[in-house]
Amino acid sequence: MSNVATSDTPRKQRSWYKRNEVAITPWLFLAPAIFFFAVYVIWPIYQSITISFYDWDGLGEATYIGTDNYTELMDDDAFKVSLWNNLKWLLFYLLAIPGGLFIAIFLNQSVRGIRIYKSLFFFPFVVSQVVVGLVFSWFYLPDAGLLNSIIGMVGLGPINVLGDPTWATYGIIAAGLWPQTAYCMILYLTGLNAVDPEQIEAARLDGAKGLRMLWYIIIPQLKPATFIAFVVTIVGALRSFDLISIMTNGGPFGQTRVLSFYMFEKALSEYGFRMGYGAAIAVVLFLIMLVFIAYFLWSMWTEEKGR
Amino acid sequence: MFPTPIEKMDRSHQLTYQSLLPVALILWLLPLIAVAVFSVKPASDFTQGNYWGMPGSFEMVNNYSQVFFNSDMPRYMLNSVLIAIPTVIGAVALSCLAGFALGIYNFKSNIWIFFMFVAGNFVPFQILMVPVRDLTLGMGLYNTKTGLVLFHIAFQTGFCTLFMRNFIRTLPVELIEAARVEGVAEWRIFWYVVIPLMKPAIAALSVLIFTFIWNDYFWAVVLTQGPESQPVTAGITSFNAQYRAAYHLMSAGSIVAALPPVLMFFAMQKHFIAGLTLGAVK
Repeated sequence: MSNVATSDTPRKQRSWYKRNEVAITPWLFLAPAIFFFAVYVIWPIYQSITISFYDWDGLGEATYIGTDNYTELMDDDAFKVSLWNNLKWLLFYLLAIPGGLFIAIFLNQSVRGIRIYKSLFFFPFVVSQVVVGLVFSWFYLPDAGLLNSIIGMVGLGPINVLGDPTWATYGIIAAGLWPQTAYCMILYLTGLNAVDPEQIEAARLDGAKGLRMLWYIIIPQLKPATFIAFVVTIVGALRSFDLISIMTNGGPFGQTRVLSFYMFEKALSEYGFRMGYGAAIAVVLFLIMLVFIAYFLWSMWTEEKGR
Repeated sequence: MFPTPIEKMDRSHQLTYQSLLPVALILWLLPLIAVAVFSVKPASDFTQGNYWGMPGSFEMVNNYSQVFFNSDMPRYMLNSVLIAIPTVIGAVALSCLAGFALGIYNFKSNIWIFFMFVAGNFVPFQILMVPVRDLTLGMGLYNTKTGLVLFHIAFQTGFCTLFMRNFIRTLPVELIEAARVEGVAEWRIFWYVVIPLMKPAIAALSVLIFTFIWNDYFWAVVLTQGPESQPVTAGITSFNAQYRAAYHLMSAGSIVAALPPVLMFFAMQKHFIAGLTLGAVK
């Protein structure tokens, strides 16, 4: 390359940019995205971690108090309830994965009109969680809700799902499972399309069918879909905020709070503007999420290496 | 194909399946069907306790015109449009640039920058909340659509870059190398060679991001208040506070608010699903 440049007199004048084009260009292309991302995502993470060591109402002077916010969290019952509810969310939200697989298998046929069925089944995911939350709170209405009419028919109830501290969180998770299952269903429908037909034929000749076929032949081939479903479901579970805010606003008696909601309450609502304390809650939530982020990056890393 | 195609089964199986489909669909969509029915009922049905029965009278025009002409809903809808569209354009533009840089060039820190975008995309919103709200206040953009748009562009760039970079990786490298040998400038390669090939990815991302932003609630509450700048998700909650027991109006409002992403989904279904399932099938 340098040969060409030196032997060719007019080319000597090539600008510094021209000579370094391939090395410089990626940085020019990356600059705006990195700038935005650094300002609005990376830097705020650092700031939040810093704020968590301060006592600050968001307006006045912030006082450094070391780890006091974290020590206070240890004795905060509302924090414990939130953490415990986050665990419930993590655990029960994962039901969306087998649920989605089940519906995907049910719909994976080529009868007439099946495409419309598939897209209508996907509907709940497209609708905003705010609307889902409203709809489900009507569904759960203690006096007139459809749920109580249905369980009334079999002689049960009535239960006030959202008004009952033991049931409310499960009621909200059920509402969240509805769109999340739809999402997992789409992932699995796409996955099922890519299943190797020859392996299925071979397994059929060997006499495999039904559940055995599903377990030994199909599910291993759906691994990529399961991986994505797992990641998006975990992230969804930890992000849960909209439904709680709409359906119970944390109640009854604060029993449906999760970390993301409790943080918001502490930092930005009538319960006070304790920014430092809120930031400390957010840091705990972030650390939980970090475990899953690390796992995701690690799998991406091994996959990239394998290329 | 799994499970066994139904047309290979006997007649009774086929009939069972055919009749099971609509039943399953109705059960699955029952909550939404209920809202749709709510939205055409008269107010008197709810005071008389006729929640789930047939509508006493058919009040569709009445209820919906109430929402359109007698509430702040149209304003909230317009805000949502004015927030979602610039965000889509901004995030897609930034991620096309970044995805091109990360997908085509091999430089030392490539994978780390890529991982930064991927990781940032999974961060819980709450850890960004206090600083982003402060920053927005400091720039004088609190309670403006611009403030919301700037944040959304920045945050969505994480997901979009992940998507774009992986998409560009699947393009044939020979094309770009051939252009380089010809002496085509790098930015012209981007504009004339890569961008035309990225059209399906751009379409997929655009519908997806539009839906995500339309449905955002958390940031709407954190960065805005009041009908001048709040999107429809926040609007529907204040609507809810205002018409607490007016289920017929609430339902009509919810349906109106949910309609744009739903229509978008049906119009661009193929792209939408391609965007969501990225990486699920290799």
